[in-house]
Amino acid sequence: MLLYIFRRLIEIIPVIFGVTLVVFLIMQMVPGDPAVILAGEGASKDAIDQLRTELGLNRPLYVQYGEYIMNVFQGDLGQSLKSQQPVIQEIMTRLPITIELAFYSILITIVLGMTAGIISAVRPYSATDITVMIVALLGISLPSFFMGLLSIYLFSVKLQLLPVAGWDSMLHIILPAFTLGVGGAAIVARMTRSSMLEVVRQDYIRTARAKGLKGFAIIYKHALRNALIPVITVVGLQFGALLGGTVLIESVFAINGLGRMIVDSIRTRDLPMVQGGVLVASLVFVIVNLFVDVLYRFFNKRIELN
Amino acid sequence: MSTELKVPELQSPILDSKPSLFEKRIKPFWETFSKNKAAVVGGGIILFFIMVALFAPLLAVYDPYDIQLDNKLQPPSAEHWMGTDDKGRDILARILYGSRLSMGVGFAAVGFGAFFGIIMGLISGFYGGWLDTVLSRVLDVMLAFPGILLALAIISALGPSLVNVMIAVGVFSIPLFARVVRGSTLETKKLEYIDAIRSLGANDFIIIFRHILPNILSPIIIQGSLRLATAILSAAGLSFLGLGAQPPSPEWGTMLSSGRDFLFTAPYIALFPGLAISILVLGFNLFGDGLRDALDPRLKS
Repeated sequence: MLLYIFRRLIEIIPVIFGVTLVVFLIMQMVPGDPAVILAGEGASKDAIDQLRTELGLNRPLYVQYGEYIMNVFQGDLGQSLKSQQPVIQEIMTRLPITIELAFYSILITIVLGMTAGIISAVRPYSATDITVMIVALLGISLPSFFMGLLSIYLFSVKLQLLPVAGWDSMLHIILPAFTLGVGGAAIVARMTRSSMLEVVRQDYIRTARAKGLKGFAIIYKHALRNALIPVITVVGLQFGALLGGTVLIESVFAINGLGRMIVDSIRTRDLPMVQGGVLVASLVFVIVNLFVDVLYRFFNKRIELN
Repeated sequence: MSTELKVPELQSPILDSKPSLFEKRIKPFWETFSKNKAAVVGGGIILFFIMVALFAPLLAVYDPYDIQLDNKLQPPSAEHWMGTDDKGRDILARILYGSRLSMGVGFAAVGFGAFFGIIMGLISGFYGGWLDTVLSRVLDVMLAFPGILLALAIISALGPSLVNVMIAVGVFSIPLFARVVRGSTLETKKLEYIDAIRSLGANDFIIIFRHILPNILSPIIIQGSLRLATAILSAAGLSFLGLGAQPPSPEWGTMLSSGRDFLFTAPYIALFPGLAISILVLGFNLFGDGLRDALDPRLKS
């Protein structure tokens, strides 16, 4: 097991380098000379040249990338063009908010999704199953930002139960976490259902039934444990979609998280902030995926041993 | 091949007639597909929106860009079925015209992603070796970006516009196609008929494009129809954030975004474009699920 974790850790190193390379290269594609932009309008050619040398922009690309990598590993993501503050500082105040949002959302994805999937699978093709699957299909099809606006309209404007926007209390968390998590819940529900139906067809479930076990015991003790293994992978992938989704949901609910920072920075063309934000979010995703893989392996192993 | 063999039974009229493409592929496909009611509904929804996009100028009573400030913020009525927006423009007319943009960008993005993804997948799967290793690592890196964040990074470099949204969404569709194609190519190239064709002297190009690609179309089509749903959602989302189509464009995400400010006073401005996106995406999801059941023999019970 430890060996496996070690091997996976080694494997993600090239991925992390790749991610930094992509982020670095994308920023090279930006039209316009950063030195010209930074120098401001009407700057003399000498001043621009001097700035270019100061910034090291006249060096070969691989040298610049090497320096970028070194800085990233030292936690230096550059400075915001707008506030002149270190990018890492801004990210550190915003990342916890996004992680908190993502945590509650993934909780909703897992709990709601698995419960719905199990309820569906217990009686396949019954009215309950069909209803749950229709709701799940709607959950996949409704854009999260539209669902966010609908829920603001319903719960904040009409019923006045929950706050419209912000991030101050538990009450503020409910709507964003729900609208962000429900799409993933729909996917997890479908996955859980089909995985359960697959497992229920296996011989050992027939044996359990032959032993005289009742429906609930079979599902709880025998089917569920095996059925949930493929679901773990889906949850891991959903976490990535969810991190991307925070970009939209934080904008809808005016939450000052990492996603909104990236979008706002694109609008103000504050590229170091975009670069840093995308990099950090991707690294979080890579680490979470590693964790999910290990978890998957762990559960699979246990069943192999049993 | 077996011309030497004399098999008299083969001369019966039924066995003698070679099944046409229709009988071999399309008929069984249609039989499974048409039994799946949800898939037929999905196909109907997609067809409906394609018709709307094609005939938008004939269907719309009003000009989608015509600003009439004394007509602004009218709730839905017999005259304006979906009401008017904050500039007095007819929302229905804007939705009809917007279907061209929202669907067009989805199709274009998936086409873009499919084109590059299929080529990468074919090369990776067919040649294997170091080429496969390199391409697979590239795909791993692309998949390491969560959700629409890669698209955001691309847009931040290229600048906000609907065309750039198409490219960005297309780029993050590439690895998904490449994966599917690579896997299927690996399976298909091991089959005996590929060896047979090779021994007949066919070169790699002919083997890949004439003999492997046509046989792995099913997973590509399934992936394509499901990707369309995601692509339309992502593109609308990016426009919603102000990074895609810009006002006064009637792109649905852009319309939804401008409806946000009137959520308290005129919620219908946001409601109708939101519903349009949802119904179209639902159509693609239903259709994609049905296709998968009809085309993928492994999932048939």
